[in-house]
Amino acid sequence: MKFMMMMHAPRAGWKEAGIGTWPPDDIRAHIAFMLRFNQELTEQGVLVDAHGLALPDEARVVRAAPKSGEPIVTDGPFAESKEFLAGYWIIDVESAEQAYAFAARASAAPGKGGEPMSIPIEVRQVMSRPPEDL
Amino acid sequence: MTDDDTGSDAEQLLRTLAPQVLGAIIRRFGDFASAEDAVQEALLAAAMQWPEQGVPAHPKAWLIQVASRRMTDHVRREIARRRRETVVFEDRQHDLAPSADRDAATVHDDTLILLFMCAHPALSEHATIALTLRAVGGLTTAEIASAFLVPESTMAQRISRAKQAIRKSGVPFSLPGHAERAERLTAVLHVLYLIFSEGYVSSAGAMLTRADLATEAIRLTRAVQHLLPQDPEVAGLLALMLLTDERRDARTGESGELIPLAEQDRGRWHHEAIAEGLALISATLSRGAVGPYQLQAAIAALHDEAPRAQDTDWPQILALYGLLERMTPNPMITLNRAIAAAMVEGPVAGLAIVDPLDTDTRLGGHYRLDAVRAHLFEMAGDLETARGHYLAAAGKTASIPERNYLTTKAASVAERLAGP
Repeated sequence: MKFMMMMHAPRAGWKEAGIGTWPPDDIRAHIAFMLRFNQELTEQGVLVDAHGLALPDEARVVRAAPKSGEPIVTDGPFAESKEFLAGYWIIDVESAEQAYAFAARASAAPGKGGEPMSIPIEVRQVMSRPPEDL
Repeated sequence: MTDDDTGSDAEQLLRTLAPQVLGAIIRRFGDFASAEDAVQEALLAAAMQWPEQGVPAHPKAWLIQVASRRMTDHVRREIARRRRETVVFEDRQHDLAPSADRDAATVHDDTLILLFMCAHPALSEHATIALTLRAVGGLTTAEIASAFLVPESTMAQRISRAKQAIRKSGVPFSLPGHAERAERLTAVLHVLYLIFSEGYVSSAGAMLTRADLATEAIRLTRAVQHLLPQDPEVAGLLALMLLTDERRDARTGESGELIPLAEQDRGRWHHEAIAEGLALISATLSRGAVGPYQLQAAIAALHDEAPRAQDTDWPQILALYGLLERMTPNPMITLNRAIAAAMVEGPVAGLAIVDPLDTDTRLGGHYRLDAVRAHLFEMAGDLETARGHYLAAAGKTASIPERNYLTTKAASVAERLAGP
C-alpha cells in the first residue's frame, strides 16, 4: 500500500516565527534529522519518492481562462489556506498503521531548543489500480 | 587481478568504444534510432561473449561488424515490409565495403560527429543532455532517468522524441562545414557544461541517489579534448571542471550542508586534480585566443591555489570577472564581480555593482541577488538588513541545501544581533 505523507507548515510568519528565527544549531539538528529520516526510509526499502517544495513566496495559482484556455496566473497558495505544503514523502508499506508510525516519526522532528515539533503530517493513501478480479 | 577488475576493464572498454561504433554505423546507414538499437545489441553480445571467449584482437572492428550485421538484418526486414526501399538498401550496400578498422582520423570524426549531432539546434536543452549521455556517454536510459529523478519511461520517451526530431530535421550525419563547426562546438561544450553543473549542484541534494553526472561530464570532455587538443576553449572547459570538481568532498558537511568556499577544509581538496587543471589552463592561456571557459578556469585556479581563504588573490579575480563580463555580459557574472569587488575595495563597492541589477529582467528577482546582497550587508556590519535578505533568498531558492544554508546564515546573523 502506498501512502503520501504531506508535511504542512503554518503559512503566517515563517520569517518572524519560523525556522529562520531558531538558533543555528537547532536548525542544523532539524536538517540532520530530516536527512537521517530519509536515509532510513530508503534503507528500510519503503521510500518511493520524497521532495521538499520551495517556499510559498514563489507559488502561483493557475486557472484556465473560460473561453481561450489561456493560463491566468495569480499569486498563491490559496489565500484562504492557513498552512502550506512544505514537502511530501510517498512510502510503500504493508499497512496504514505502519504509515502512521513513520508519519509520527517525521512529526517529532526537533524544533527550537531541540523540542519535538509535532508537525501535522497529513497521511493519504495513494490510489492503486483495480484488483485483478474486478 | 580479480574477476571484478576484468569485468570493469571490459565495461570501460565497451563504453569508450560505444560512441565510435555508433558513429561508424550511423555514417554508413544513416538512421540514428535503428543504428543505436543495433549497437546496443552488439554491445550486449560483447558483454556476454567476451568474458568467456576473451576480448577479440580488434574489439572495435568486432563490434562494428556485429552491429552492421544487425543493421543489415534490420534493413532487410524493413525492405520486406516496404518494397520501395530496395534502391536505398542497394546504395548502402556499397558503403559496407570498406573494412571495419579504418584510420584513426575517421574514428575520431565519428565520435565528434555524434557529439555535434546530439547538440543539434532542433533539440531542447533537456533532450540534448539526455541524448548526449545516451549516445556518447553510453549510459543506460535507466541510469539517465535516475540521475534526473524522472521515471524511466519518461526518459525513454524524451530520448526517442529527440531522435525523431533529428531525423525529421534531415540534417545529414557528417561533420558540419567549417563556418558552422565553431557554432556547433560551442553548443557541444555548453551541453557538457550543463551536465557537469547538474551533477555538481545535485551532489549536495537531499537525496544522494543520482548517478555521478559531474564525473561523466569530465570523462566526456576529456574525450573531446583528446579529439581537439588544439582548441583552447575545450581545454578551458576541462580545466574548469577539474578545478571545480576537486572541491566536492569539502563543499558539504556531515549532514549534507553546504560549506562555502571560504570555510572549506582545503586539506580535503583533491590536489592531483588541481595540479592537472592548473597545468592544463596555464598551457592553454599562454597560447592566446582566450574564451569564457578559460577565464572561468583561471578564476577557479586562483581560488584553488590559495593555501588559505585569506590568501586568495582577489584583485586578480576581480580583473578576470571584469574581462569575462565584457566578453559575455550576464548578470550572474556581474554578481560574482560584485563579491570580488567587495573583497578588494569593501562591501560598499560591491553593493554599488549589485544595485543596477534590480531592474535586470534576465535575473528576474533571482534568489542569488538577495543572497549576494545579504552577504555584502553582513560584511558591512548591517546585520538587520543582511538577515532580511538571507531570509528573502531562502524563500526563493529551489535548492534544499542552499535554503538550509541561507536559513542558517539568517539565524547566525540574528544571534549576533541579539548580542552575547
